[in-house]
Parts: sequence; structure tokens; C-alpha cells
Amino acid sequence: MKEKRSQAPLIQTKRLWAGYDAEPVLEDVNLEVLPGDFIGLIGPNGGGKTTLLKVIMGLLEPSRGKVHVMGKTPQQGRCHIGYVPQQVALDRDFPISVWDVVKMGLLGCRGILQKTRSEDDELIMESLRQVDIVNLRNRPIGDLSVGQRQRVYIARALATRPLILLLDEPTASIDPLASQSIYELLHTLNETMTIVMVSHNMDAVSSHVKSIGCINRKLYYHGTKEITDEMVNAIYNCPIDLIAHGVPHRVLAPHAHEEREKHA
Amino acid sequence: MAFRTACLRPTLMRKGKNMLEALHFTFFRNALLAGALVSIACGIIGTFIIVNRLVFLSGGIAHAAYGGIGIAYFLKQDPVLGAVLFSLISAFGMGTVVRKTRERADTIIGVMWAIGMALGIIFLDFSPGYKADLMSYLFGSILAVPASDLLFMVVLDSIILLTVILLYKGLVAISFDEEFATVENVPVNTLFFILFALIALTVVITMRLVGLIMVIALLTIPPAIAGIYFKDLKKMMVVASLLGILFSTCGLFLSYFFNLTSGATIILISGIAYGLAQAGKSLSNRRKTLFKAR
Repeated sequence: MKEKRSQAPLIQTKRLWAGYDAEPVLEDVNLEVLPGDFIGLIGPNGGGKTTLLKVIMGLLEPSRGKVHVMGKTPQQGRCHIGYVPQQVALDRDFPISVWDVVKMGLLGCRGILQKTRSEDDELIMESLRQVDIVNLRNRPIGDLSVGQRQRVYIARALATRPLILLLDEPTASIDPLASQSIYELLHTLNETMTIVMVSHNMDAVSSHVKSIGCINRKLYYHGTKEITDEMVNAIYNCPIDLIAHGVPHRVLAPHAHEEREKHA
Repeated sequence: MAFRTACLRPTLMRKGKNMLEALHFTFFRNALLAGALVSIACGIIGTFIIVNRLVFLSGGIAHAAYGGIGIAYFLKQDPVLGAVLFSLISAFGMGTVVRKTRERADTIIGVMWAIGMALGIIFLDFSPGYKADLMSYLFGSILAVPASDLLFMVVLDSIILLTVILLYKGLVAISFDEEFATVENVPVNTLFFILFALIALTVVITMRLVGLIMVIALLTIPPAIAGIYFKDLKKMMVVASLLGILFSTCGLFLSYFFNLTSGATIILISGIAYGLAQAGKSLSNRRKTLFKAR
């Protein structure tokens, strides 16, 4: 971890404020995402998790402060981001095949008028292979389970050949077994790319990521896997999971470390 | 329309009508051709309307277009030109509302829908002279399509086809997942407004066929049926266009043989087909669940 601090951050926010209709959702957020990171950001609903992702991707203008992606503005830098949105936002019955959804990842900042290239099919295949859904490629997405669909959206993000993967609640409404396999997939992907995900499910997140932050208007992130008292207080009214599953279990650094050893 | 069919009735009321005989009439051949041309536009654009949930917006554009017809009459201009301009303006207006205000867009569209219609009626009140022809914009006048209208439809179909082929990837991307498309730097707003413009133009030519009141039906029913059986946008567009041609042809023959208003006949046939398709779907679903249960 230590030697990485000298590297240039892929994503950087400085004294960032953002919100809707003058009502701040994010206050003074300072985040540095370094190459190789696997960051899990947890926080209550309405705590600003999705808002932070939106600002990073240039979908929402910050009201104050700065955001840089790859040292550029979000609009210029977001080409390097593979975005996996929250599934509830998407129309499940949209008449489109898995293949065509993944193909959208190829739009990636080349312009919509660009012709399809010969290597495109191979790139789509490769993305499908990475998330292990090659056999589903001709199915309409409406026929898939939630977990399978999540893999499709991850494949679409991979087809953009991203340096950073941003995931919004990747395991929301997915059963525990399928969630587990998605986290394992992300773990593998993390070998070659940087991952940031947000979730309200702390229990699942904490055992898979390299570092944890808490977000509830303010961001509490120290680039470690420890959850400090400060964080717990800040999100005290949120993490039902945290309280339900017992605070000390996965929260303190040594424990969390052991957990990871066990899983590995 | 009542006037219009009444004018046509003497020719239509002759005994011993058959299909071949109907095809001898230029007006009937023109009507069939117009039906086919309109169906192609509706099949393609209707599919986008359905997947983007823009049915209400399309209805709004159709009705607001009446304002343009009224103003054109008042200024002694071509009503179709007025309809084109007004539907484009209202498409951009309503489109902006849909894009900018996430909530209550339907309320604002509803208001614009009614204002457009009212404007048309008031301007017609100010226009002197005989206005029976205006009914044809409300209920369609496919049996009186002049050759110039056919040309207009061919041109519009070409514009729609070319634009959709050229921008297909982008249009699908914004329809499926606008946010992702934005992150991919697809010009989402521009594409949406191109789509709104195409909807406006489609609405105007569909109006000639079934009238502005029933435009929504022809825009939505064929793609809706196609969507039940085909889970692919391109297939949906092709099937919807073919279905539209089938419905308009059947409707025209029925209206010819039984002296019915053509637009309404086409819509009723489409509606019945939609009901059957939905029933067939729920039947097959039930069979599937039974099969699974076993």
C-alpha cells in the first residue's frame, strides 16, 4: 500500500461538494483512487454514494471543488471508466440480446458513426468469456436472472477496455450465492484493473475489498480496511448490516485481515 | 370524415364489389400505397417510441399539431406544412420538458397537448369559409390521398430510414441506458432531439392515414405486438412495419366493402390483433409455468 502513495491517482476529488437543487448531498469529499485499488464505499441510502459516482463520471456537475479522472476533466477522462450501473435503473424487458448489450461497450469514445471493426467481435467474446457468460450471448436480457444480468453489465463495462471499474450496488437484489461469485469475479478483475464500488451492504463488501470508506454526506476514507469509530459514528444510523451482523466481527483491521487470509 | 365518405359513397355503393374492382380505382391504389408507406415509418419509429416510453409524448405531438393546421388555415397556407412545423416545435418543447424535468413531465405534456389543440380551433374560428376538410385531419383521409402526399411520404420514409440506419448504434444506446451512453461520450441530447424530430414527422404522415386522434394506435400497436414475439429491436421494426402494412391493407378493404371510416377500421383491426396477441402470450406463459411446475 505504502509505495503506491507516490503514484498519480486515477481518480481524485478535492474539497468536492455536490447535490441537487442547492441541497448538498456530498460535503467536502476528498478521495484519491490509486492504481490497483479495490475500494468499497458503504453508506446509507441517500448518503451520496451514487451521487459521488455520478460526479466522477461527469453526469453531475459539482457545486464546489474539483474532480479529475486520469488527470483530466471527467468528460475527457471517463473514457477510461467502465461503469456498471445499478440494475433497478434499467428496463428489464428491453428487446435486446446479451451480445448487443455488451457491444455497447465498444461505443467507448470512438463516436457512434464509426464502423464496426473486424476485431470487435473478438473483443465482445473476450469480455463475455471474462465474466463466464459466453453461452448466454444470444439470449434476450429479459430472460436472464438478476445475477446473470449483472455479469452482462460487467462484460459491457469490460468491453470499453477500462482502467477503472465503477460499480453501483453490484449485488443489490442478488441472492448470496450469486453475490459471492460476483465478488470473486471482481477479485480476479482487480488483478488487472482498479475497482471502486459502492454498496449499502457492508457485510459483503468488507470481506472482498482492499480498502473501505464510509460515505454519509462526508467521506471517511483512509485507504485502509479499518473502520474507525469516526466512521461508525458518521454512518451510525445507516448500516443495518453492521449492527445486525455485529460490529466487531469484520470491522477491525486485524480481523478483516484474517478474513482475507482465510478467503485466499 | 362523414362528409368525405358521403362524397365517396356513390362510387362505393355499387353492387358486386370485389377486390380486383377496388384496385381499379386510383384513389384506392393510392390509399394502399399510403398505408404501406406510413406503416414503414410507424414500424421503425414506433419501436423507439415504445422502448423509450414516449407514447404519451407522441400523442401530445399529434394533438398539438392541430394548432399548426389551424394557423396555416388562417394564414391561407398548406395545412400539412403548418402541421409539420407545429409538430416539430411541440416535439422539441415536449422533448425539452421530458429531458429537463424528471418529475411531472406528463402534466406539462398534457397541458401543451390541450393548448395546441385549442389554438388550432380558435384560429379556425377566425378563418372564414368552408372548413369541412379539417375533419380529415382529425379522423384521417386516406381515401383521398393526392399524389403529392405520396411523394411527401416517400421522402419522409427515406429520411427516417437513412437517419435510423446511420445513427442506429447511438439511438439504441440512448434508448437502452442513457447514463452509460453519456459516460461513453455518445451525444445523448442531440440524438434524443433527432429522435423527437423523427417522431414529429412520423406523426404528421400517420395523421393523413388515421387522423391525429388515432395516431398513437398505429404508432404503438404494431411494435407492441412485434415486441411480444421478438426480443430484438431490428426484428421488431421489420415485423412492426409488416404488421402495419397488413392492418392498413385489411382495414382499407373492409372500409371499402362495408362503407366504414377507413382510419377507424384500421385501428380496430390493429386493436383486435393486439388483444389476440396478448391473449396468446398469456396462454403460452401459462403453459410454460405448467411445464416448469411439472
